[in-house]
Amino acid sequence: MNALFTVARIVAERSVHQDNDGITTPSKIFPGRAEIIYGSIASILIFGLLYKFAGPAVKKGLAGRTERIQKELDSAAADTAAAATESGDIRKAKGDIGAERDRLIAEADAQATALLVDGRARLDAELAELKARAAADIETAKNRGVDELRAEIARLSSAAADRAVAESVDGAIQQDLIESFIQKVGAST
Amino acid sequence: MSDARIEGYAKALFEIARAEGSLDEVEDELFRFARSYESSDALRSALTDDMIPAERRQAIVDDLLGSKATSTTTQLVRMVVGTGRGRELPAIIDQLVLRASSAKHLEVAEVRTAVALTADQQTRLAAALANATGKQVNLKVVVDPSVLGGIVATVGDTVIDGSVRTRLDQLKARL
Repeated sequence: MNALFTVARIVAERSVHQDNDGITTPSKIFPGRAEIIYGSIASILIFGLLYKFAGPAVKKGLAGRTERIQKELDSAAADTAAAATESGDIRKAKGDIGAERDRLIAEADAQATALLVDGRARLDAELAELKARAAADIETAKNRGVDELRAEIARLSSAAADRAVAESVDGAIQQDLIESFIQKVGAST
Repeated sequence: MSDARIEGYAKALFEIARAEGSLDEVEDELFRFARSYESSDALRSALTDDMIPAERRQAIVDDLLGSKATSTTTQLVRMVVGTGRGRELPAIIDQLVLRASSAKHLEVAEVRTAVALTADQQTRLAAALANATGKQVNLKVVVDPSVLGGIVATVGDTVIDGSVRTRLDQLKARL
């Protein structure tokens, strides 16, 4: 500090010169010597007072700020750790969801395949049953038709035979049949 | 209708016919009427329909038998039909015939033919049946065209079948 003031004084002395109008500052930058001296003393006093009276408060404020910043840093670190943990959990859950999704898709595929196979088998069975039933119905209908036809033929044949016999049995034959019956019954014991 | 009630009606009809002195004739007419009744759905429906008043049913009997049978026969049938026993008429008459034959120590011989028998044929047939069964018979002839030809005779539980119908049925069965 002293070295600085000495340098400043030398420069000021070299730059100040007297003229007729009074003291004129030789430098446009630096003031006169006395001004520098009083100013320096005043500045030192002010800085001293500031150091003595305002220093502790400034230190305390800085310490509090440091402490607050440290707390914020700790909190940020804790948040970062929590975020990392949560991120891990999310990644893990994401992985679990993916596996569950794959499992569900695989299970759905298996069920769909099983349903398809089962449905095809059932359809095949129903189709076979329908075919068998249709064949049986056709066979039954055919047999019924044949039976009805046979019955109708038998009925018509019977009616035709009755008619033919009735027409062929005239009065003479009736009497012959009656006489023959009487003779046979009379001869039997 | 219970057997006792049929028996009761048959006994009543039998006693009335016998009291009138026309048992044989009445019995024969009733027998033939019973067979006609059995073979005719229309007659059976008319005489057994409860919706037809008794007087109307008796009028039908009068129309059928009035000029063809004795008054005793007609009145007996009227009585049975009028009391609402038309359904049991054949059973009552059969019971009456049995009772009448029993009284004469005869067995009822129901004979079915396609054509009517002459008196001579009936006499010879009765003798032949008596010879075959060992029982004196009360011959009851029923003309039944479905017989086609020949005779079917039923004496008690014995059936002697010489009908064309039976032979034809046997032939059909074999075919």
